[in-house]
This record gives sequence, structure tokens and C-alpha cells, in this order.
Amino acid sequence: MMNLADSAPATNNMLGSEADSQRTLYPYVTGTSVIGIKYKDGLLFAADMGGSYGSTLRYKSVERLKSVGKHSVIGASGEISDFQEIMRYLDELILFDNMWDDGNSLGPKEVHNYLTRVMYNRRNKFNPLWNSLVLGGIKNGKKYLGTVSMIGVHYEDDHVATGFGNHLARPILRDEWHENLTYEEGVKLLEKCMRVLLYRDRSAVNKLQIAKITEEGFTVSEPYSLKTSWDFNAFKNPTLDAEGSW
Amino acid sequence: MSEPCCYIFTASFCYDLFCTFGATEFSYQFLLTMAADSQVLSDYVRYYLHQHTIQLGQPATVKVAANLVRMVSYNNKNMLQTGLIVGGWDKYEGGKIYGIPLGGTLLEQPFTIGGSGSSYLYGFFDQVWKEGMTQDEAEKLVVKAVSLAIARDGASGGVVRTVTINKDGVSRKFYPGNTLPLWHEELEAKDSLLDSLSATSPEPMVS
Repeated sequence: MMNLADSAPATNNMLGSEADSQRTLYPYVTGTSVIGIKYKDGLLFAADMGGSYGSTLRYKSVERLKSVGKHSVIGASGEISDFQEIMRYLDELILFDNMWDDGNSLGPKEVHNYLTRVMYNRRNKFNPLWNSLVLGGIKNGKKYLGTVSMIGVHYEDDHVATGFGNHLARPILRDEWHENLTYEEGVKLLEKCMRVLLYRDRSAVNKLQIAKITEEGFTVSEPYSLKTSWDFNAFKNPTLDAEGSW
Repeated sequence: MSEPCCYIFTASFCYDLFCTFGATEFSYQFLLTMAADSQVLSDYVRYYLHQHTIQLGQPATVKVAANLVRMVSYNNKNMLQTGLIVGGWDKYEGGKIYGIPLGGTLLEQPFTIGGSGSSYLYGFFDQVWKEGMTQDEAEKLVVKAVSLAIARDGASGGVVRTVTINKDGVSRKFYPGNTLPLWHEELEAKDSLLDSLSATSPEPMVS
């Protein structure tokens, strides 16, 4: 029977297995790293626009940075269909929040907590949303930046990254991030990280967006590409000092 | 597009891979011989879309059709193995194409390819596709593309069907396999070896 509302509706079988029993799935169309940093006026995020299908760079215009309500930005890596579902949940969350019409609005800390609960509870049912998320924003002058993984691991920090970004970007950020970066410094720092990822991550695609959130609101850049440099003598003549090797 | 097959036996040469509803058209791709999945899915979507149209009182939009396909695809991702393309025309947005690959991601695209033979077409489209083609240019392009896929994909062949959808409605065309262009290492078809017999070379065999 076709399911319409839920990819794993509640069942009552405690012991036996059912034909439709849901187990952990596998991702198909995936996004790679997302990076987020705090800066002087708010937060900056970077993500490329790739949607990989295994080793094929299938889609090159996937927007992986989206705004959430008035105060937050979400960036997702992992299965894109699950990210689209998360956006549906968040749109509903924000809608209900607005319908209260009480002058209050969900801030980044609340949204991060909501996502954490969603991701962790799905993990407990062995039916995870296969994403690693970056969630950040600014409300009433307070900056917030956090991350949640598909198993519910969550924390907040001054700079976060998902996927390969954990291994390649965070060391750079640990060295070069500091409080009160200007917008220009922040963008340059993110671009430095994205360039390294472009060289070293096979799923990276050379088309990225930078998103910014401040008290004024959310903006996301037009897609653009980074210059790369391959013109090294060592590349042109790799076996110069080691005749016979390859 | 690719043809369905039961392991190596070709079950049907002439599957109609398109499923229509109103002005909106689905096309199937058989990613892993799960032709039945595409058909069942389109049956469900046709059912929901029909009811939606009754309630709406006018033809449904392409976006709604695509979202219905996504909904069924995403919520049954553990059972289904089917990637689809939804293309159509409505009075609000004009012509639109939505790709819904395995997993149930929904992506609006200016053009898209899918199915087993599509692996051989990525480079081709990267090179030749451009915005603002005329209907004639576009039709020639898709037929050429499918014929290139047929040349290299074992699971593709038989006939080529095209569907063109615009404000004037839906029109279908049919191209039998023997009318398609020939590519590398492919030869003109003959009735028999014996046809090469002529006055100048009575002996067609070479040693």
C-alpha cells in the first residue's frame, strides 16, 4: 500500500518483522560540505551547488542554503530529498509560529533545538533523515551557530562545518577565525576553505553561494565560481627527480 | 529512452514510456528494470491529480503534478526504484520540467535526462544544449540524443517516441529504429549479403 504522509508510519510490531518494515536507508542525491562562521555583524555561510549521484556530479544548481523565518539560516549536506522534507517541516513550524501573531518569533537557538529533536528521534526509529545540518542566525543582537548530524549529535560553536569541511575547513578556521571579522574578511576566509574543498573533495563542484544573516535580514549571493591554480612545475614534470616512477 | 527487459531477454520492444494526464505528461525512465514501479506510481498520481482537478475546477499546474510524484516517490523510497521526469505546460508558468530521481528529490530544470542510456548523454548535452531553442531544434536534438543512447546502451532500442507539449496541447511522434541516424561502427542495413552481388564483383566473399 502506498504511503502518502510519512516514509515510516508507526506500526505495532514489537518483535516480528513486517514486509514494509523500515530500516536505515542509503542516500542517492547528496550535497557535500557546508561551512558557517560568526562575524562582526552576524553570520556567514558557504556551500556549493552540487547534487552528486554517487560518483556522478549529476546536478549543479542545487541551493543548499535557505532562510528559516526572520532570524535563521539552514545549510544542509547529505540526501537532498530529506533536506527538502526538512524544509517542509520548518516552513510548517514557522507558519504556526506566525499564526500565533504574538509578536514573538522563533530564533536560531529554538530552530536548532527543534531540528535536533527531529533528527535524534528519527535516528531512534532507525529511519534517519540522511543530512548534516548547519543552523545559525542572529536575534536581538545575539549570534548563534550550531550543527546537527543525522544521528542527532549537536553542538554550537563560533565556526562549524559538515562532511569534508570538518577535516579540511575547520583546521583553517581554528587558526584564522577571530571575533569581529569584517564581512570582507569573513568572505575571504570562507573562500579559502571552499577552495581547499574544491581541490580535495571529489564531490565538490565549482559553483557556490555565500549566505549572510544580520539583524537586517537574510541575503544569499548569486552563484559564482572560484579560480583555481594548477600551473606548477611539479605537476608538469612529476617524475623529474624520480626517473621511472609514475 | 531505455526499454524494459527481464534480465537479458527483451520482453517488449515497444513500451510506451509516456504517461499522460491532461496537459501534463510524465515520462518514465527505467533505472533498474523497475518498469512496474513507474507505472504504479503514475497510476496513483493520475488518481490524485484527477481528484485535485475536479476540486480546482481547471487543469492542474505542472508544479502540482510534480509535487504529487515527489510525495509518492519520497514516502515510499524504501520500496520504489524509479526515477521520473515530469514535463508539461500550464497557463501560469508556461512550459516546465521537473526531475525526480531516486530518493524523491524534486528539482526544476531547463532540461533533464534519465534512464539507463542517459549515462552516455551527459557529455553530449553539456556540449550542445542551449537556452531558447526552437521547437524544431529541440525535437531534432532529443531524437539525436536518444539515438546516441541506443547506440551504446544495451537496454535501449526499438523505437523512439517523442511528446511535445505547449499551449496548443500535446502531440506525439513516432520514429522506428531503422530510420535513426547511424553512428560509429554501425552499418547501413541490407536485406541480404546476396544484394552486394553485382556485375563488377560477382564474388562478395573475401579470403
